[in-house]
Amino acid sequence: MDVRIQLVAIAGAGLLLLVVLELVRRRRLLERYALLWLFSALVLLGLAIWRDALASIADLMGIAYPPNALFFIAFGFILILLLHFSAAVSRLADQSRVLAQRVALLEDRVRQVEGQGESSGTVTSAAGSPAADVTVGADDPRDVRERVPRG
Amino acid sequence: MVMTAQRAYLAVVPAYNETATVAGVVHGVLEHAPQFDVLVVDDGSTDDTASVARAAGARALRLPFNLGIGGAVQAGFVFARENGYAFMAQVDGDGQHDPRELSRLIEVMHQDGVDMVCGSRFLSPDLKYPSPISRRTGIHIFAFLLSRIVGQRVSDPTSGFRLYNRRGIELFATDYPHDYPEVEAVLMLHHHELTMREVPVRMLERGGGRSSIGGTGKSAYYMVKVLLALFVGLVRARPIVEAGDAAPVAASHGI
Repeated sequence: MDVRIQLVAIAGAGLLLLVVLELVRRRRLLERYALLWLFSALVLLGLAIWRDALASIADLMGIAYPPNALFFIAFGFILILLLHFSAAVSRLADQSRVLAQRVALLEDRVRQVEGQGESSGTVTSAAGSPAADVTVGADDPRDVRERVPRG
Repeated sequence: MVMTAQRAYLAVVPAYNETATVAGVVHGVLEHAPQFDVLVVDDGSTDDTASVARAAGARALRLPFNLGIGGAVQAGFVFARENGYAFMAQVDGDGQHDPRELSRLIEVMHQDGVDMVCGSRFLSPDLKYPSPISRRTGIHIFAFLLSRIVGQRVSDPTSGFRLYNRRGIELFATDYPHDYPEVEAVLMLHHHELTMREVPVRMLERGGGRSSIGGTGKSAYYMVKVLLALFVGLVRARPIVEAGDAAPVAASHGI
């Protein structure tokens, strides 16, 4: 194996490791996500330095040129990371859906409670009926809210 | 949670930018099915859907951003669960469901003691539904597959005109499919061993707004997504579940 490709691989994997460590140090990356990145970077760096290991892995996989095995392993890590993030995004989307529903329900309760307070005695007979809602009018200032752009 | 409703029936009207039609739907339900409280779920509309609905005499939930029909209807299920409603109907906000038919759904639910009654536009030959042939073909493909999976004829699995009892409410308040929920909801009922019946209903022309299933690209996505859900349902290992038990369906956590 050409020593130049080994140097490039070591530099690349080392840089990745440093960037990940720095992000963790600045608390820009949650440890939960950093672990997978750290593991990937360490394995790639290890294989870039330890040529014999890479050569025997390449031999095992039937790859004639060992650096290609390194690319292959890196590609595998990238796929795993992407899948991991898709799962994380799905979970966040699910949680934000629950939050949106909860916000809407709470907003409705606040409206009900405030409506009862404002109109105490006047529409008590209509409590629970839809007419009670009309006391809170269409141009209620509480209707003004921030719009979250849809995507 | 404080019970604010003392009544048994709730009609949930999911609406996204439906100012043109939502008041008509609310009035229709209040007039023709007066046993129902009406809850409009404004799915992050950019117009005044919620205010218009309130002015028309409905209660309204406003979602802070657009969740899609599944998330909006699920908010209705949660509302029904927390306010102690025994029955919940879904009536679309675009005016294509006729509130006069609600009494029919109730009648069948009480007669047959099922957990869900669904209005179908294909059960009666004299009730013609004005929809493009491409969409009808898709619906019939789903109907064919779904009927075989659940072992009973389901003629109109995409119909959103439905009445649920308390068990249906509790199931779907916990877990309701996201994007195009109706077909998958039928599958979920089957997996949880809840029962359903269809009744023939007449569906009206859409009064305005736009379908949640729109455009060719979206239709294709819809087909693929629902077919995937159906096949996942087919191959899923199914433990014995007692009626009403939690079944191992989508692992999302509702509220």
